[in-house]
Amino acid sequence: MPAYLTLDGLRKKFGDFEATRDVSLAIDRSEIVALLGPSGSGKTTVLRLVAGFETPDAGTIRVEGEDVTRLAPERRRFGMVFQHYALFPHMTVGENVGFGLSGERLSDAAEKERVSEALSAVDLTGFEERRVPSLSGGQQQRVALARALAPRPRVLLLDEPLSNLDPTLRDRTRRELKRIIRKVGITTLFVTHEQEEAFDLGDRVAVLSRGRLEQVASPETLYEEPATRFVAAFIGRSSILPAAWGGGRGAGSVTFPSGAVWDAVAGDAALHPQEPVDVVVRPESLRFVSAGTAGAIPGEVLERRYAGHSAYFGVRLAGDAEAEVLARPDAARPGDAVVVAPAPDGPAPRAYPKEKET
Amino acid sequence: MTRKIQAALLALLLAWLVGYPLLLTLAEALGAPHWNLRHVLDFARRTDEWGALWASVWISLATVGLSAAIGIPLAFLFETADFPGRRVLGTLIALPVVLPPLVGVLAFLFLYGESGVVARAVQLATRSSEPPWRLSGPAAILLVHAYTMFVYFYLFTRAGLARLDAAYYEAASALGAGRLRILRRVTLPLLRPVLAGAALLTFMTSLSSFSAPYLIGGTFRVMTTQIVFSRLNGDVEAAMVETVALAAIALGGLVLLQRAEKRKDVSGAVRGTAPTRRRLRRGGLVAVWGWLFAAILLLPHAMLLLVSFVPPGSWTTELLPPVLSGANWASVFSEPERLRPIGNSLWMSTASTAAALALGLAAAWTAVRGKGRLAGALENLVAIPWALPGTVFAVALATTFSVRAPWAGRFILVGTALILPLAYLVRNLPLTGRAAFAGLRQLDPALEEAAASLGAGRARRFRRVVLPLLRPALAAGASIAFITSLGDFVVSIVLYTFDTRPISIEILSSLRMQETGVGAAYGVLLAALSAASFLFFGTGGPGAAARSG
Repeated sequence: MPAYLTLDGLRKKFGDFEATRDVSLAIDRSEIVALLGPSGSGKTTVLRLVAGFETPDAGTIRVEGEDVTRLAPERRRFGMVFQHYALFPHMTVGENVGFGLSGERLSDAAEKERVSEALSAVDLTGFEERRVPSLSGGQQQRVALARALAPRPRVLLLDEPLSNLDPTLRDRTRRELKRIIRKVGITTLFVTHEQEEAFDLGDRVAVLSRGRLEQVASPETLYEEPATRFVAAFIGRSSILPAAWGGGRGAGSVTFPSGAVWDAVAGDAALHPQEPVDVVVRPESLRFVSAGTAGAIPGEVLERRYAGHSAYFGVRLAGDAEAEVLARPDAARPGDAVVVAPAPDGPAPRAYPKEKET
Repeated sequence: MTRKIQAALLALLLAWLVGYPLLLTLAEALGAPHWNLRHVLDFARRTDEWGALWASVWISLATVGLSAAIGIPLAFLFETADFPGRRVLGTLIALPVVLPPLVGVLAFLFLYGESGVVARAVQLATRSSEPPWRLSGPAAILLVHAYTMFVYFYLFTRAGLARLDAAYYEAASALGAGRLRILRRVTLPLLRPVLAGAALLTFMTSLSSFSAPYLIGGTFRVMTTQIVFSRLNGDVEAAMVETVALAAIALGGLVLLQRAEKRKDVSGAVRGTAPTRRRLRRGGLVAVWGWLFAAILLLPHAMLLLVSFVPPGSWTTELLPPVLSGANWASVFSEPERLRPIGNSLWMSTASTAAALALGLAAAWTAVRGKGRLAGALENLVAIPWALPGTVFAVALATTFSVRAPWAGRFILVGTALILPLAYLVRNLPLTGRAAFAGLRQLDPALEEAAASLGAGRARRFRRVVLPLLRPALAAGASIAFITSLGDFVVSIVLYTFDTRPISIEILSSLRMQETGVGAAYGVLLAALSAASFLFFGTGGPGAAARSG
């Protein structure tokens, strides 16, 4: 079955700045995809290309097989929730939600019906006559969602939908957002720079860096099998340890400057022996061991960050790399001499070709 | 593609209205089509021309100094101190700014002029047979200028002070600075951009000032009056060169002052809380002085009202008019020939304001949202008339539209009913255009994008989203434009015809016919219409309240 929404080779330049380079993405009907990346990675540009506010220099956007690349935004039938909601301040809540229904030539009664339907879907029944400035941030967000969904769009686009809310409200609003989108069953593409948001809302997450798609996968795959060094470092906590490929017994092994050798390191088949690599390792994949354990690297504890049931230890390793180790809070104290080795459980450390300094 | 064509057509229309007349005037001053410098050399050889040029400059500089000396301390008083009546007084003081300059001069004449009440009082007290002074010459001009233009410094400084964060003062005093040091090292430097803005506005307004030098300048000539007298004497070529000279000074002043403004870019942050007002120990005394000052400011207009009720020929040597009646008003509102200027002013101002609004909005919409290559050109074309004195545009339009050459975009409009509304339109463009540009820039583009994503096309987005949200800004701009046209004297005196004479010209002829009462009645009418228009639209009052969609 072909995908519902397809982006194919999207490129967009603003002056000399390449905002997106060759972005291709296939999204199934009713799927929720998060565009995740640091600021300036091009995620908002991708969303605006899909919405039709920008026209790509190259590439196509298709919905249900229809090419909409050059279609004006008002003809795409895509709903969008803006970062600051963009509610019309001179209209009531009801007028805002009803704004997108004019194209359907509904009777007044039918339009009213649709507006109250949309408002009740976001738990704002009876808010029709309220004025926008009188609403709380969370309510404004839900009105924006109701307004976007009221015309029954083909695709829902969300631009940092939760960034404008204060942290206490964000969790609850996120759960509600998820519930509503699931209930409507609409194909959704949303932009965020918060990993937690992307993981919670997205069926799949598309990670962008410098205008390029680094990896599109489920949250689990992104965390456990990051395809690139960028994804490995950007998603979750990790340490980056310089090493050389090979030197051990198995297929995947690395040798550290201290002489320590780790086996069972995942790495690209294209890596060749002695090639300098960056080993990316999660804190839970490291542990404190006694000297002499296989793969042990000596170091000194620099700091401890207490996190309740456990603590993160910053350790300076021999060879001047810094690693983060997750362990019991009483496992060590700053200043202690320790020995670090890979833990048998937890995601396997992964080696990536050393990145040239830019 | 069609959008590009629309933008190009709009730029062409604006260039024809704004740029073309100026270029033609420059060309004719340079002797076109023969291109010789004869007129320029004639100008350079005449000492009276240099005198007028110098007079324009020094009067304007002195006006800036005098206005600053009145306006800045007043602003500090009203913004940093609290005393009874502060709010009402603060608004009252700013009132002269919305009144037509001609009305201000007239009111001043009736109060402080040689036959004004003050002069009569002094004359009676000294039992002299001669009036103690004549309100005439450069000092008189300066007095009127300071009286009307200190408001710019007052309003700008108040706005600047209101925006300053109290934390600056607190930080400075925590570092051990006393009040004087805070003023010198913190407050004034932070106010610099605001003060530079006020100075620029005052300088330009003073340079363009025509009513005061024309009515009370006596034999003292500034450039604006020099131009008009040259034209009246039939010396069109000299007027052309004078116009170019005045335009050059205006542009030079603009560039210099803008550079001074930009040199040190300090932005007073808007964060935090505004400083609290000190309750003055002698608040009552300050209030008394404040009210006295406001009374002095408003007295001329009260005088104007009084004179409008003085029947012709009834007030001779008495201190105050012995008889009051509604005869002047009855005559203004009953005689068709006297009603006509009122009708003229109203329709010409309304039409020109509406057209300027439409053009300004179209230019802003095209430039701000289109982001095309013409954006900068459109904005400049709309702004140019602000930078040049009204006299310059009057002469430029008179030059351009007194020749029939349709292939060159020139038609004979001088002497028709069209020329004045057209001139008002050009003068109004910066006022409505600036409001539209500023309003659109402040409007979050996401609002229009939201409307687009909800299926609204360009027309519906404009009608339902952009226009309602711009309405307060547009109403304010239109209100100022309307007031400017309604009270216009400087452009009208160059371009009016008997059939299209506006109120200001009628005031002038009333004075010439010794009908001061009728002139005063027209003046009161102008002031009342201006104030009403400002209060109704300019403050966004009812317009903002009625934003229920």
